[in-house]
Amino acid sequence: MKFKSLIITLLASSIFLTIIICIWKILATLQGLNFTNLNFNLNLSLSIGLIITCVFIGKKFNHNLKIFILSLLFTILYTFLNENSPMWFSVGIFLLILFFTNKLKKYDLEYLNQDFISEKIVFEFLSLFAIVFFALVILFPFYIMFVTSFKTQTALLIDPIDLSIDFSKNIYEIFKSYFVIFKTYDFGRYILTSSYVSVGTVLITLLFAIPAAYAVARLNFFGKTFLSTSILIIYMFPAIVLVIPLYTVFSQLGLRNSVEGLLIVYTATTLPVAIYMLQGYFKSIPKEIEEAGLIDGQNWFGIIIKIIIPLSLPAIASVSLYVFMIAWNEFLFSLMFLDNPKTFTLSRAINHLTGDAETPRQYLMAGSVVVTLPILLIFIYFEKYLVSGLTAGGVKG
Amino acid sequence: MSSTLSKIERRTAYTLLLPAVCLVFAIILFPIFANVWISFKEVGLKDIRIPEPRAKKIVKNIQDSNFELKIIYKLRNSSLIQDIREVRFSDKLPKNIKPVNLDKRCEFKSQKVKCFFGNWEAGYRENFEIFVKNVNNNSIKSEFLKSNKPDLKGKSNNILLTTDFTLKNFKNVFINNNFFELLMTTFYFTFFGTLGAILLGIFAAQLVNQKFYGRTFMRSILLFPYVGPVVALAYTWTLLLDPNSGTINSLLVNYGVIEKPINLLGQKYLIINILGFELKLRLALTTVIFFEIWRYFPLAFLFILARLQAIPRDLYEAADVDGAGPFRKFFYITFPQITAILSILFMIRFIWNFNKFEDIFLLTGGASGTLTLPISVYQQGFAVSNIGMGSAVSIVIVLLLITFMIIYFKLIGKKANEI
Repeated sequence: MKFKSLIITLLASSIFLTIIICIWKILATLQGLNFTNLNFNLNLSLSIGLIITCVFIGKKFNHNLKIFILSLLFTILYTFLNENSPMWFSVGIFLLILFFTNKLKKYDLEYLNQDFISEKIVFEFLSLFAIVFFALVILFPFYIMFVTSFKTQTALLIDPIDLSIDFSKNIYEIFKSYFVIFKTYDFGRYILTSSYVSVGTVLITLLFAIPAAYAVARLNFFGKTFLSTSILIIYMFPAIVLVIPLYTVFSQLGLRNSVEGLLIVYTATTLPVAIYMLQGYFKSIPKEIEEAGLIDGQNWFGIIIKIIIPLSLPAIASVSLYVFMIAWNEFLFSLMFLDNPKTFTLSRAINHLTGDAETPRQYLMAGSVVVTLPILLIFIYFEKYLVSGLTAGGVKG
Repeated sequence: MSSTLSKIERRTAYTLLLPAVCLVFAIILFPIFANVWISFKEVGLKDIRIPEPRAKKIVKNIQDSNFELKIIYKLRNSSLIQDIREVRFSDKLPKNIKPVNLDKRCEFKSQKVKCFFGNWEAGYRENFEIFVKNVNNNSIKSEFLKSNKPDLKGKSNNILLTTDFTLKNFKNVFINNNFFELLMTTFYFTFFGTLGAILLGIFAAQLVNQKFYGRTFMRSILLFPYVGPVVALAYTWTLLLDPNSGTINSLLVNYGVIEKPINLLGQKYLIINILGFELKLRLALTTVIFFEIWRYFPLAFLFILARLQAIPRDLYEAADVDGAGPFRKFFYITFPQITAILSILFMIRFIWNFNKFEDIFLLTGGASGTLTLPISVYQQGFAVSNIGMGSAVSIVIVLLLITFMIIYFKLIGKKANEI
């Protein structure tokens, strides 16, 4: 029993350690270090050695001192056995090992002797691995997007792996891509258009959705059940089946290449979900409050403005943020409706940049950062509201 | 009394609903029905523009004369396909200026040259000239004449409103365009994209449902791929996967994993040899599916996490007493609790992935075996410029979609309300 769990601990933890060291090495390669071999076997044997020592020492020694000495030894050995690596790389290795041995704190021979322990151990390292995996898989593209925007065309051609930012250059040189996209490619205007369209969509959607949602939530009328089911069904129809008729009609009406046309379409496509989300919240407001308003002589307009809206601000915030995100990120309609660079939104402008194969990739990435950063910042700041918006409207996407 | 009250209530409800319903009707429902109309017509992208009579005005001096000028109107029918009927022309001349030897089709009244040109066939062109002179025999400034623009009017058919129908588009969709392969690619993409996103979502939700340092941070970043704009993310991935100096290919070559860069997005098949068997993998399609999974697993994660957090704690405590490990707890307690939400998620995500356009369009544009039905709508309508065909494909999508929805409501419609 003891032997089995020891082997499992060894396998799980050493593979995990090897993988995180390899990931660190790959990330270091992207900073311009010239590694060409991951030394998987060497890493694995070093890791096994480390873990065996760690487990056998167990709690016989002061924990902090133990992990510090072990990490230092491992780092020195690792640096010695590997190709020449700079100080910061070794420091990274040291911190990784420190973190790892700290995780191994409770693992000693006594702990491994418990019942059903092997399943727990595998699960624990699988979870650790999952954290690293998800963080890497998600953040890596964002990291590449960000870092590439600071490179120059020649540097990227000479060594596509080296994505380090050269801080010895002056600020203008470092941020050159951003200066270029704002000056030559007119991104300032696109940011304004995108903001105008997104904020406009939010306002018009709320203007239309709040009364409609109130009617669905509170009033009795013929065809109410039909309407509430059709809201969801309409919501299921994708933009791609609307595109051709809208394109033809908008062309004939001269609404193509106009921001107003885009506003109408965005509002209509987000309305069903906005109504759906708001009516759910309105239903949760106690009816007695409105009845009090009715006795005070308010009509429905007064009730909506003075009672419903102030009470449902969180839901309105969720809807607004969700609609803002949809409008800001929207691509299909802006591709179809906008041909004139003067009316481009950010998404359309970036797509337009790629139309020219000569556009250097750092400009493309700088544009991508410009369109991504605002929405990510808004998401992080208002996460609570946006998450509830996503959950309610998230069936679509 | 109560009937008047309910009447007022009903009227209020309709007033409140009217703007939203009208807008949704005009922008969503009307186009869905308009698709049916257009799909039975032979319409190209060029036909959409209503034909207009056009004129370009050029003023020329005449040699040996200071008092006479020649005005040339370059007339044309803007459409190369359709006729214009009853074309009327009028242009105002400045004071004291008068046409000489006016064309038979025209008359001069109250300083205006008015002409009736009759019918212009498709692609009609004519250089129409008039000579003008000053009544007082003074010289004329040509800028003076140029300032006024001629006014042209004509009648033409809007091809969208005529009643000639054809079945040609549907014949093309089902017979000539490899419809079966198109459908299979769409289903392959949809099925694996949905399945992968849900599996990854289960892992992520299970992970975030545990306690560990940095859990809230993890929860935020897990939603990044979905919150970020599709354009930026798709182009970042295109650059990452680029065969010439893309980061991932360069890294793989650098570490000797592969000898030559692989064109992950541009290669239709990858032939893999396993124990002598040759396996043909749809490479570009698989890459696109992976992008799809990467971008949409956050939604599955969000839903599953919400469900996981609602599972009563004592179930797990009871399992602890029985000595069940984490895997057993997952399969015997967690999994049965989330099957309902998983089936709903699968259906909804299936419908949405089935309609996905932007992701594939931005990554491959439908090339290298990644052509799905939504991409086909765009290709037929705008690349091949056949609006009718595009609409016919849209109709196919709508019909399949309605089928899915019926299945959805039959299977789990009731369950969805319970959750």
